Amino acid sequence: MPGIGGRFSTVVKAKVSKMLDRAEDPAETLDYSYQKQLESLQNVKKGIADVVTAKKRLQMQSDKLEQSVVKLDTQARQALAAGQEDLARTALERKQGLQAELQSLDTQVAELESQQQRLTDSEKKLRAKIEAFRTKKEVIKAQYSAAEAQVRISEAATGVGEQMADVGLAMQRAVDKTENMKARADAVAELEAAGTFEDLTQLGEGGDDIDRQLKELTTGTQVDDELAKMKAELGSGSAPAQQIEGGQA
Amino acid sequence: MIVRIATEGQFEVEDGSVDKLNELDNACVAAVDAGDEASFHQNYEAMLTLVRDHGTELGDDDLHESALILPPPDLTFEEAGEQFTGEGLIPD
Repeated sequence: MPGIGGRFSTVVKAKVSKMLDRAEDPAETLDYSYQKQLESLQNVKKGIADVVTAKKRLQMQSDKLEQSVVKLDTQARQALAAGQEDLARTALERKQGLQAELQSLDTQVAELESQQQRLTDSEKKLRAKIEAFRTKKEVIKAQYSAAEAQVRISEAATGVGEQMADVGLAMQRAVDKTENMKARADAVAELEAAGTFEDLTQLGEGGDDIDRQLKELTTGTQVDDELAKMKAELGSGSAPAQQIEGGQA
Repeated sequence: MIVRIATEGQFEVEDGSVDKLNELDNACVAAVDAGDEASFHQNYEAMLTLVRDHGTELGDDDLHESALILPPPDLTFEEAGEQFTGEGLIPD
Protein backbone atom coordinates (compact mmCIF):
# COMPACT_ATOMS: atom_id res chain seq x y z
CA MET A 1 0.00 0.00 0.00
CA PRO A 2 1.52 3.33 -0.98
CA GLY A 3 1.38 6.54 0.98
CA ILE A 4 2.11 7.47 4.53
CA GLY A 5 -0.81 5.37 5.73
CA GLY A 6 0.78 2.23 4.43
CA ARG A 7 4.37 2.95 5.26
CA PHE A 8 3.47 4.27 8.66
CA SER A 9 1.45 1.18 9.70
CA THR A 10 4.12 -1.16 8.38
CA VAL A 11 6.79 0.53 10.44
CA VAL A 12 4.63 0.34 13.55
CA LYS A 13 3.82 -3.33 13.05
CA ALA A 14 7.41 -4.26 12.35
CA LYS A 15 8.56 -2.51 15.51
CA VAL A 16 5.88 -4.08 17.65
CA SER A 17 6.39 -7.61 16.39
CA LYS A 18 10.15 -7.28 16.79
CA MET A 19 9.58 -6.25 20.35
CA LEU A 20 7.17 -9.10 21.01
CA ASP A 21 9.41 -11.71 19.44
CA ARG A 22 12.04 -11.19 22.07
CA ALA A 23 10.17 -12.87 24.89
CA GLU A 24 8.51 -16.27 24.80
CA ASP A 25 6.35 -16.24 27.86
CA PRO A 26 3.25 -14.00 27.39
CA ALA A 27 3.49 -12.59 30.91
CA GLU A 28 7.09 -11.68 30.29
CA THR A 29 6.23 -10.15 26.92
CA LEU A 30 3.58 -8.02 28.54
CA ASP A 31 5.85 -6.69 31.23
CA TYR A 32 8.62 -6.12 28.74
CA SER A 33 6.50 -4.14 26.31
CA TYR A 34 5.03 -2.09 29.15
CA GLN A 35 8.56 -1.29 30.26
CA LYS A 36 9.48 -0.24 26.72
CA GLN A 37 6.40 1.95 26.53
CA LEU A 38 7.33 3.75 29.72
CA GLU A 39 10.83 4.35 28.37
CA SER A 40 9.39 5.79 25.16
CA LEU A 41 7.15 8.08 27.16
CA GLN A 42 10.21 9.49 28.93
CA ASN A 43 11.85 10.13 25.56
CA VAL A 44 8.74 11.90 24.31
CA LYS A 45 8.72 14.16 27.36
CA LYS A 46 12.35 14.99 26.79
CA GLY A 47 11.63 15.66 23.12
CA ILE A 48 8.86 18.08 23.96
CA ALA A 49 11.15 19.89 26.39
CA ASP A 50 13.70 20.28 23.58
CA VAL A 51 11.11 21.79 21.27
CA VAL A 52 10.09 24.25 23.98
CA THR A 53 13.72 25.24 24.53
CA ALA A 54 14.26 25.78 20.81
CA LYS A 55 11.12 27.89 20.62
CA LYS A 56 12.26 30.06 23.51
CA ARG A 57 15.60 30.59 21.85
CA LEU A 58 13.86 31.76 18.69
CA GLN A 59 11.68 34.09 20.70
CA MET A 60 14.80 35.60 22.22
CA GLN A 61 16.26 36.05 18.77
CA SER A 62 13.07 37.77 17.74
CA ASP A 63 13.35 40.13 20.73
CA LYS A 64 16.90 40.94 19.75
CA LEU A 65 15.86 41.73 16.20
CA GLU A 66 13.15 43.95 17.57
CA GLN A 67 15.74 45.93 19.50
CA SER A 68 17.88 46.28 16.39
CA VAL A 69 14.92 47.64 14.49
CA VAL A 70 14.43 50.33 17.13
CA LYS A 71 18.12 51.10 17.12
CA LEU A 72 18.26 51.46 13.34
CA ASP A 73 15.27 53.73 13.42
CA THR A 74 17.02 55.96 15.95
CA GLN A 75 20.17 55.95 13.88
CA ALA A 76 18.25 56.94 10.79
CA ARG A 77 16.76 59.88 12.63
CA GLN A 78 20.14 60.95 13.93
CA ALA A 79 21.65 60.71 10.46
CA LEU A 80 18.83 62.71 8.96
CA ALA A 81 19.06 65.34 11.68
CA ALA A 82 22.76 65.63 10.90
CA GLY A 83 21.91 66.14 7.24
CA GLN A 84 23.33 62.77 6.14
CA GLU A 85 20.50 61.48 4.03
CA ASP A 86 22.49 58.60 2.51
CA LEU A 87 23.26 57.24 5.92
CA ALA A 88 19.64 57.58 6.96
CA ARG A 89 18.58 55.72 3.84
CA THR A 90 21.00 52.87 4.51
CA ALA A 91 19.79 52.58 8.09
CA LEU A 92 16.19 52.48 6.92
CA GLU A 93 16.96 49.87 4.31
CA ARG A 94 18.47 47.70 6.99
CA LYS A 95 15.53 48.33 9.21
CA GLN A 96 13.09 47.26 6.50
CA GLY A 97 15.05 44.09 5.87
CA LEU A 98 15.09 43.18 9.52
CA GLN A 99 11.40 43.94 9.89
CA ALA A 100 10.56 41.54 7.08
CA GLU A 101 12.63 38.85 8.78
CA LEU A 102 11.09 39.62 12.11
CA GLN A 103 7.61 39.20 10.73
CA SER A 104 8.38 35.84 9.19
CA LEU A 105 10.11 34.71 12.37
CA ASP A 106 7.11 35.66 14.48
CA THR A 107 4.74 33.79 12.17
CA GLN A 108 6.90 30.71 12.41
CA VAL A 109 7.17 30.90 16.18
CA ALA A 110 3.36 31.01 16.32
CA GLU A 111 3.16 27.93 14.09
CA LEU A 112 5.64 26.16 16.32
CA GLU A 113 3.49 27.07 19.28
CA SER A 114 0.51 25.22 17.81
CA GLN A 115 2.71 22.28 16.87
CA GLN A 116 3.89 22.13 20.45
CA GLN A 117 0.30 22.07 21.60
CA ARG A 118 -0.48 19.13 19.33
CA LEU A 119 2.60 17.35 20.58
CA THR A 120 1.46 17.78 24.16
CA ASP A 121 -1.99 16.42 23.27
CA SER A 122 -0.40 13.45 21.54
CA GLU A 123 1.77 12.77 24.55
CA LYS A 124 -1.27 12.85 26.79
CA LYS A 125 -3.00 10.30 24.55
CA LEU A 126 0.07 8.09 24.61
CA ARG A 127 0.16 8.22 28.39
CA ALA A 128 -3.53 7.24 28.54
CA LYS A 129 -2.94 4.35 26.14
CA ILE A 130 0.02 3.07 28.12
CA GLU A 131 -2.09 3.20 31.24
CA ALA A 132 -4.85 1.27 29.43
CA PHE A 133 -2.26 -1.24 28.31
CA ARG A 134 -1.12 -1.70 31.90
CA THR A 135 -4.66 -2.52 33.00
CA LYS A 136 -5.21 -4.79 30.03
CA LYS A 137 -1.99 -6.70 30.58
CA GLU A 138 -3.09 -7.72 34.05
CA VAL A 139 -6.40 -8.97 32.67
CA ILE A 140 -4.65 -10.88 29.89
CA LYS A 141 -2.19 -12.43 32.31
CA ALA A 142 -4.98 -13.59 34.58
CA GLN A 143 -7.59 -14.73 32.08
CA TYR A 144 -6.16 -16.03 28.85
CA SER A 145 -4.33 -19.11 27.70
CA ALA A 146 -0.83 -18.58 26.41
CA ALA A 147 -1.80 -18.82 22.74
CA GLU A 148 -4.74 -16.46 23.04
CA ALA A 149 -2.72 -14.10 25.19
CA GLN A 150 -0.16 -13.66 22.40
CA VAL A 151 -2.84 -12.48 20.00
CA ARG A 152 -4.33 -10.04 22.48
CA ILE A 153 -0.95 -8.69 23.49
CA SER A 154 -0.11 -8.08 19.88
CA GLU A 155 -3.36 -6.19 19.31
CA ALA A 156 -2.97 -4.02 22.38
CA ALA A 157 0.70 -3.37 21.78
CA THR A 158 -0.01 -2.31 18.20
CA GLY A 159 -2.51 0.24 19.46
CA VAL A 160 0.09 1.74 21.77
CA GLY A 161 2.78 1.43 19.12
CA GLU A 162 0.70 3.37 16.62
CA GLN A 163 0.25 6.22 19.08
CA MET A 164 3.96 6.15 19.82
CA ALA A 165 4.79 6.41 16.14
CA ASP A 166 2.33 9.28 15.84
CA VAL A 167 3.96 11.24 18.65
CA GLY A 168 7.28 10.48 16.99
CA LEU A 169 6.02 11.96 13.73
CA ALA A 170 4.63 15.08 15.45
CA MET A 171 7.94 15.52 17.21
CA GLN A 172 9.94 15.09 14.02
CA ARG A 173 7.86 17.76 12.31
CA ALA A 174 8.33 20.18 15.18
CA VAL A 175 12.06 19.53 15.30
CA ASP A 176 12.46 19.99 11.53
CA LYS A 177 10.63 23.25 11.79
CA THR A 178 12.81 24.56 14.63
CA GLU A 179 15.96 23.51 12.77
CA ASN A 180 14.92 25.43 9.66
CA MET A 181 13.93 28.47 11.63
CA LYS A 182 17.04 28.41 13.73
CA ALA A 183 19.29 28.24 10.69
CA ARG A 184 17.52 31.19 9.13
CA ALA A 185 17.40 33.23 12.32
CA ASP A 186 21.12 32.59 12.88
CA ALA A 187 21.90 33.79 9.38
CA VAL A 188 19.91 36.98 9.87
CA ALA A 189 21.44 37.56 13.30
CA GLU A 190 24.88 37.24 11.77
CA LEU A 191 23.99 39.58 8.96
CA GLU A 192 22.50 41.98 11.42
CA ALA A 193 25.44 41.84 13.84
CA ALA A 194 27.91 42.52 11.05
CA GLY A 195 25.79 45.21 9.51
CA THR A 196 24.50 47.29 12.37
CA PHE A 197 26.69 50.27 12.64
CA GLU A 198 27.69 51.28 16.10
CA ASP A 199 29.28 54.42 14.87
CA LEU A 200 27.82 56.32 11.96
CA THR A 201 31.22 57.47 10.79
CA GLN A 202 32.28 53.89 10.14
CA LEU A 203 29.67 53.41 7.53
CA GLY A 204 31.45 55.14 4.69
CA GLU A 205 29.78 54.67 1.35
CA GLY A 206 27.51 51.98 2.69
CA GLY A 207 28.27 49.76 -0.24
CA ASP A 208 29.69 46.68 1.43
CA ASP A 209 28.43 43.17 0.97
CA ILE A 210 26.15 43.20 3.98
CA ASP A 211 24.51 46.36 2.81
CA ARG A 212 23.80 44.85 -0.54
CA GLN A 213 22.34 41.75 1.02
CA LEU A 214 20.16 43.70 3.35
CA LYS A 215 19.15 45.97 0.53
CA GLU A 216 17.94 43.00 -1.45
CA LEU A 217 15.54 42.23 1.33
CA THR A 218 13.84 45.58 1.05
CA THR A 219 11.84 47.44 -1.46
CA GLY A 220 12.98 50.90 -2.37
CA THR A 221 9.55 52.46 -2.20
CA GLN A 222 9.03 51.50 1.42
CA VAL A 223 12.34 53.10 2.31
CA ASP A 224 11.51 56.24 0.34
CA ASP A 225 8.17 56.52 2.07
CA GLU A 226 9.63 56.10 5.48
CA LEU A 227 12.40 58.52 4.77
CA ALA A 228 9.87 61.11 3.66
CA LYS A 229 7.82 60.56 6.76
CA MET A 230 10.85 60.88 8.95
CA LYS A 231 11.81 64.11 7.25
CA ALA A 232 8.38 65.51 7.79
CA GLU A 233 8.50 64.56 11.46
CA LEU A 234 11.91 66.07 11.92
CA GLY A 235 10.86 69.10 9.92
CA SER A 236 14.27 69.00 8.33
CA GLY A 237 15.15 72.28 6.65
CA SER A 238 15.63 70.91 3.17
CA ALA A 239 12.10 71.17 1.77
CA PRO A 240 10.89 67.62 2.35
CA ALA A 241 8.12 67.59 -0.25
CA GLN A 242 10.47 68.38 -3.07
CA GLN A 243 13.00 65.87 -1.91
CA ILE A 244 10.44 63.10 -1.93
CA GLU A 245 9.63 63.68 -5.53
CA GLY A 246 13.21 63.89 -6.58
CA GLY A 247 14.36 61.28 -4.11
CA GLN A 248 14.34 58.37 -6.51
CA ALA A 249 17.59 59.39 -8.18
CA MET B 1 -13.45 1.75 10.04
CA ILE B 2 -10.90 3.40 12.30
CA VAL B 3 -9.06 6.28 10.68
CA ARG B 4 -6.20 8.17 12.23
CA ILE B 5 -5.34 11.72 11.30
CA ALA B 6 -1.60 11.74 11.96
CA THR B 7 -0.56 14.04 14.82
CA GLU B 8 -4.24 14.57 15.67
CA GLY B 9 -6.12 11.45 16.72
CA GLN B 10 -8.20 8.38 15.85
CA PHE B 11 -11.80 8.41 14.62
CA GLU B 12 -14.39 5.69 14.05
CA VAL B 13 -15.79 6.45 10.62
CA GLU B 14 -18.97 4.84 9.29
CA ASP B 15 -18.43 2.49 6.38
CA GLY B 16 -20.72 4.69 4.30
CA SER B 17 -18.15 7.49 4.44
CA VAL B 18 -15.34 5.33 3.13
CA ASP B 19 -16.45 5.62 -0.51
CA LYS B 20 -16.50 9.37 -0.22
CA LEU B 21 -13.04 9.30 1.39
CA ASN B 22 -11.76 7.17 -1.45
CA GLU B 23 -13.19 9.62 -3.96
CA LEU B 24 -11.45 12.54 -2.25
CA ASP B 25 -8.25 10.50 -2.00
CA ASN B 26 -8.31 9.97 -5.77
CA ALA B 27 -8.99 13.67 -6.29
CA CYS B 28 -5.92 14.44 -4.16
CA VAL B 29 -3.78 12.15 -6.32
CA ALA B 30 -5.13 13.81 -9.47
CA ALA B 31 -4.43 17.28 -8.05
CA VAL B 32 -0.86 16.30 -7.14
CA ASP B 33 -0.32 14.82 -10.61
CA ALA B 34 -1.62 18.01 -12.19
CA GLY B 35 0.53 20.18 -9.92
CA ASP B 36 -2.64 21.90 -8.77
CA GLU B 37 -1.83 22.98 -5.23
CA ALA B 38 -5.12 24.77 -4.55
CA SER B 39 -7.18 21.77 -5.62
CA PHE B 40 -5.03 19.45 -3.53
CA HIS B 41 -5.51 21.50 -0.36
CA GLN B 42 -9.23 21.79 -1.00
CA ASN B 43 -9.66 18.04 -1.41
CA TYR B 44 -7.36 17.11 1.41
CA GLU B 45 -9.11 19.56 3.73
CA ALA B 46 -12.41 17.93 2.69
CA MET B 47 -10.99 14.52 3.64
CA LEU B 48 -9.99 15.79 7.07
CA THR B 49 -13.34 17.49 7.59
CA LEU B 50 -15.20 14.32 6.62
CA VAL B 51 -13.27 12.29 9.19
CA ARG B 52 -13.57 14.92 11.91
CA ASP B 53 -17.23 15.74 11.36
CA HIS B 54 -18.63 12.33 10.47
CA GLY B 55 -16.33 10.31 12.67
CA THR B 56 -16.43 9.70 16.39
CA GLU B 57 -13.16 10.34 18.16
CA LEU B 58 -11.85 7.28 19.98
CA GLY B 59 -11.12 7.51 23.67
CA ASP B 60 -7.54 8.16 24.66
CA ASP B 61 -7.36 4.75 26.32
CA ASP B 62 -8.61 2.89 23.24
CA LEU B 63 -5.99 0.46 21.98
CA HIS B 64 -7.40 -0.28 18.54
CA GLU B 65 -5.25 -0.13 15.47
CA SER B 66 -6.20 2.20 12.61
CA ALA B 67 -7.18 0.81 9.23
CA LEU B 68 -6.12 4.03 7.55
CA ILE B 69 -3.73 6.77 8.57
CA LEU B 70 -4.08 10.18 6.96
CA PRO B 71 -0.97 12.38 6.81
CA PRO B 72 -0.72 15.34 9.22
CA PRO B 73 -3.15 18.22 8.58
CA ASP B 74 -0.26 20.65 8.00
CA LEU B 75 1.03 18.57 5.08
CA THR B 76 2.76 20.74 2.50
CA PHE B 77 2.11 20.35 -1.21
CA GLU B 78 5.67 19.13 -1.61
CA GLU B 79 5.15 16.41 1.00
CA ALA B 80 1.85 15.53 -0.64
CA GLY B 81 3.82 14.65 -3.74
CA GLU B 82 5.41 11.81 -1.78
CA GLN B 83 2.17 10.58 -0.21
CA PHE B 84 -0.54 10.98 -2.80
CA THR B 85 0.82 8.97 -5.66
CA GLY B 86 -0.43 5.94 -7.58
CA GLU B 87 -3.47 4.58 -5.83
CA GLY B 88 -3.34 7.19 -3.10
CA LEU B 89 -3.72 6.38 0.57
CA ILE B 90 -6.62 4.03 -0.08
CA PRO B 91 -5.84 1.40 -2.71
CA ASP B 92 -8.78 0.84 -5.04
